[in-house]
Amino acid sequence: MSAEKEIWVFAEQENGQLAGVVYELLTRGRMLAEKSGFTLCAVLTSADGKPMHQELFNYGAKKIYNVEDDRLETYQNDYFAKVVHELIEKEKPEIVLYGATTIGRSLAPTVAVMGWAGLTADCTELDFDTERQILLQTRPAFGGNIMATIICPDHRPQMATVRPNVFKKERVGENETGEIVDARVDLSGVKERMKRVESVIEEVNTVDLKAADYIVSGGRGLGKSENFKIIEALANALGGAVGASRATVDAGWISHHHQVGQTGKTVCPLVYIACGISGAIQHLAGMQSADLIIAINKDPDAPIFDVADFGLIGDLHRIVPELTKQINELKG
Amino acid sequence: MNIVVCIKQVPDSDKVTIDRETNRLNRAGVPSIINPFDENALEMALQLKDQHGGKVTVLSMGPPQAEEALRTALSHGADEAVLISDRRFGGADTWATSYTLSLALKKLAGPIDLILFGKQAIDGDTAQVGPGVAHFYGVPMITYAKSCEVTAGGFRVQQVTDHGYNVWDVEKPAALTVVKEANELRMPSLKKKLASKKAEIPVWGVDILQPDEDKIGLNGSPTKVNRIFAPPTKVNKELLSGEPADIVKELIFKLRERKVL
Ligand SMILES: Cc1cc2nc3c(=O)[nH]c(=O)nc-3n(C[C@H](O)[C@H](O)[C@H](O)COP(=O)(O)OP(=O)(O)OC[C@H]3O[C@@H](n4cnc5c(N)ncnc54)[C@H](O)[C@@H]3O)c2cc1C
Ligand SMILES: Nc1ncnc2c1ncn2[C@@H]1O[C@H](COP(=O)(O)O)[C@@H](O)[C@H]1O
Repeated sequence: MSAEKEIWVFAEQENGQLAGVVYELLTRGRMLAEKSGFTLCAVLTSADGKPMHQELFNYGAKKIYNVEDDRLETYQNDYFAKVVHELIEKEKPEIVLYGATTIGRSLAPTVAVMGWAGLTADCTELDFDTERQILLQTRPAFGGNIMATIICPDHRPQMATVRPNVFKKERVGENETGEIVDARVDLSGVKERMKRVESVIEEVNTVDLKAADYIVSGGRGLGKSENFKIIEALANALGGAVGASRATVDAGWISHHHQVGQTGKTVCPLVYIACGISGAIQHLAGMQSADLIIAINKDPDAPIFDVADFGLIGDLHRIVPELTKQINELKG
Repeated sequence: MNIVVCIKQVPDSDKVTIDRETNRLNRAGVPSIINPFDENALEMALQLKDQHGGKVTVLSMGPPQAEEALRTALSHGADEAVLISDRRFGGADTWATSYTLSLALKKLAGPIDLILFGKQAIDGDTAQVGPGVAHFYGVPMITYAKSCEVTAGGFRVQQVTDHGYNVWDVEKPAALTVVKEANELRMPSLKKKLASKKAEIPVWGVDILQPDEDKIGLNGSPTKVNRIFAPPTKVNKELLSGEPADIVKELIFKLRERKVL
């Protein structure tokens, strides 16, 4: 067991590429480490970890548990769960965070039951209660109609998954350093019960909603498919990306890659502009944590205004082109 | 082919709201339904049975009224149902639920080939029970399955990922969680609907499952709800109305003040 109390971030990788959510978890982990006095560590399970170490240090890991094995090159639940479980048993971390990705949402629940750990899925807020020395894990439930703060008072580690883009990422520096622990886990006894025979990436022309600073989203208020043109024009003027509500995706006005919300993407831009979107709870679930929210809607009672910093009440067909025009003038 | 589908009865979450004064759930009058994703798991099981024969058993843990969900599943074509219900199971989180369901699986007659779950339950949205049960029961787990074909030694499964899909070969017995895109649940038949009303549904409690009592219900649950509250709303919002040219001008001024433009 390590002498200091630790917070771990599972450093999800695929073919030597760290998942974006890892940087976000490390950034949040730093805040938790500061409040708790625990040490922030990354757990890296891969075939060859070295190329990824610098980035993990740059985002604030003080220690990396580096486990290398050819069987860890791509994700396989049995292998990964065994490795993470054994490390946890040995080092006894206080907190373990995972991305709520396909991988994290298979791995974390398996690891939770291998030990007797508490696990809270899809947290939108993580904080540390210094008095009780426990992790406060807040998440939406019942489709976002309520928020619940979950704690794990008696069992360790306290584990949580967080969806990508819920937290901001922030680098500490360029040449940060830390400790690398070469951890070994023997996988030779693990029977291969499943084998990945194919892996296909479909999202090629990825609409980069995740990286965009500005997102302009259109809803049913646009009225018809062609009107997405005015959304695109505003997004272009801002150098941002185009988002959409599910109603417009279901209507076939735009591809589902643009959908923001519970069953679409979670986004966290500097500015989110919702045009003709009513603000159903499922939509809010995907964009509520944007730094600044602007809503344009003709209905002053639309729920989108509950989460907006600025609300423009009126006809989007007049307001959106006007906004594009004035921004273009500004940029000259 | 012996298939077990775990189904959960949930309140129709679209209709659950929170009282902003008391921070309590308004659940009165909210209808209970089969968790929508579990319908996809059930349909996957029924299709495999159509092709390969065998039996589909539905399993649910919950209060006595969860029996309704099981009868509904029978009317859609499941062959047998078991309800896991006991006051002492109450208050279980996903850890304790997984443990309890795995005991029930061990108690079912005959070897099981495949265990199916919904992708997640819409009340908690945790997606943890499937992987949890798979581990306790000791079978490999593939999450987010869109299709499943029978192969010589097990199954070939298409798994939806964040950016596309994976194809896995998994040996049997195996467990899968099933996504919405997999299929749509068939309509109940009139004959089955009538039969389902009369079907015997055994109820298994602590006395039958003989669990380690430290591992069930509230006691066996590592996580506790500390507080529930209404989603926050913005307090300092500014609403602008008037001529588009004017309100846009004002907005741009404020955005520049905040240095986001
Ligand atoms: C399980 C589940 C998951 C879901 N997941 C998602 C999800 O991921 N993302 C998502 O977005 N939705 C999701 N939904 C759907 C969601 O509940 C809403 O139906 C959807 O978000 C509504 O889209 P909308 O706001 O574009 O349409 P509407 O609700 O029809 O709103 C249109 C708005 O446009 C305004 N408007 C109309 N004309 C104008 C005009 N000329 N100028 C200005 N304003 C105008 C109207 O006042 C209205 O507020 C989900 C639903 C369920 C049940
Ligand atoms: N009480 C329960 N009884 C039977 N199956 C359940 C129960 N809880 C969860 N499940 C199954 O596990 C899946 C995931 O649930 P959850 O982890 O709660 O999101 C559901 O879709 C069901 O298939």
